[in-house]
Amino acid sequence: MIDIKDLRKSFDDHEVLKGINLHINPQEVVVIIGPSGSGKSTLLRCMNMLEIPTSGRVVVDGIELTGEANINKARAEIGMVFQRFNLFPHMTVLENIVLAPMKVRKISREEAEQTAKRLLAQVGLADKAAAYPPQLSGGQQQRVAIARALAMNPKVMLFDEPTSALDPEMVKEVLDVMKSLVNKGMTMAIVTHEMGFAREVGDRLLFVDEGQIIEQGPPKEVFDHPKEERTKLFFSKIL
Amino acid sequence: MNFNMDLVIQSFPLLLLGAGITVQITAISVGLGLIIGMFVGIARISHVKPLSFLAAVYTDFLRGTPLLVQIFLIYFALPLILDQRVDPFFAAITACGINSGAYIAEIFRAGIQAIDDGQMEAGRSLGMTWVQTMRYIIIPQAFKNIIPPLGNEFIALLKDSSLVSVIGFEELTRRGQLIIARTYGSLEIWLSVAVIYLVMTLAISRLVAYMEKRLKTT
Repeated sequence: MIDIKDLRKSFDDHEVLKGINLHINPQEVVVIIGPSGSGKSTLLRCMNMLEIPTSGRVVVDGIELTGEANINKARAEIGMVFQRFNLFPHMTVLENIVLAPMKVRKISREEAEQTAKRLLAQVGLADKAAAYPPQLSGGQQQRVAIARALAMNPKVMLFDEPTSALDPEMVKEVLDVMKSLVNKGMTMAIVTHEMGFAREVGDRLLFVDEGQIIEQGPPKEVFDHPKEERTKLFFSKIL
Repeated sequence: MNFNMDLVIQSFPLLLLGAGITVQITAISVGLGLIIGMFVGIARISHVKPLSFLAAVYTDFLRGTPLLVQIFLIYFALPLILDQRVDPFFAAITACGINSGAYIAEIFRAGIQAIDDGQMEAGRSLGMTWVQTMRYIIIPQAFKNIIPPLGNEFIALLKDSSLVSVIGFEELTRRGQLIIARTYGSLEIWLSVAVIYLVMTLAISRLVAYMEKRLKTT
């Protein structure tokens, strides 16, 4: 589903990604962890071209994003959830969700609203359709953001530290929604600091440091028997 | 010194007519300025280099030269190029409109840049184009932020529009001049003119404050 070859990204003189190779299979859940500044968010943001790679290839669902592809069309198939939600504060929750399906997919308002209501029910916020984002808690906003991304019926979902900006008591409600997506077979790439969640739902764990994938494998194996020194050092600091 | 109240009362209807024209040029100019300002402001921050360069030249030129000179350029110099007389009303609204367009462009630019980058990223990540995201997400939010500075621009332009009196366009200031030429009542007329301007600018600032309050609640 996602195929990344020798991906490099520099900001000015600083090379953030130093040759990443990564293949994500359909329905696979890949969890990316690593210290801050390791490049894990940049890696995720290269998967939908929010960051333009300096070199290398990124192919998502058969479309080479680093080529001549229509980037807007490709992005419609790639859902993204941000750390700070990025809901549109001047629109109601319902409007937030129906906007892109109507403008990008050109589907009718009735159909878009039906889908939106179904998705809101799915994330447990059926009663918040008419609310404005600033009226919601962080956890509720993030669940709306997930529903908004799902409304495009994406083939892949990218999560960029989806619970890092939340109060502790709201982390679970967001993780639960993400779990339900995993159970539905969604292909997902998740950057997170939630190690318990990573262990529970991840098919594969990626440890990234200094712009490189240091170690990867089934989460249990990486957590319990890390092979690389840097992975061990990282775990010793956080676990 | 004596203050001739009768002169004030007699002249008032004429001055009010002039005030009406002042409001008219100001409103048309701000309308024109809004359209120009929105496009120039967006061009200024676009990643298309020639576009942002042209927008910068536009704003620098119009903000860096006096409005009075711009009025002269349009009224006296432009006819030499067109080989045709320019109508004073046309000159007035064009000069004021493109001038305020430059200031409004900067207001728009600041208003747009004040919107969190995450809004553009969210729109783009959903597959919307840059233009769609600007139109449905960024600009509606920027509009709320720029209402107070737009109100100030409206007030500034209302006062600056007095400059078009120099090309003989009969707005409030010019009417005052004409009445004084006839009656020699400098004190009465200039005071009246000042008071009328003051009432208009106060009314606008009240209106802006009201709109700001209403927009905040939605």
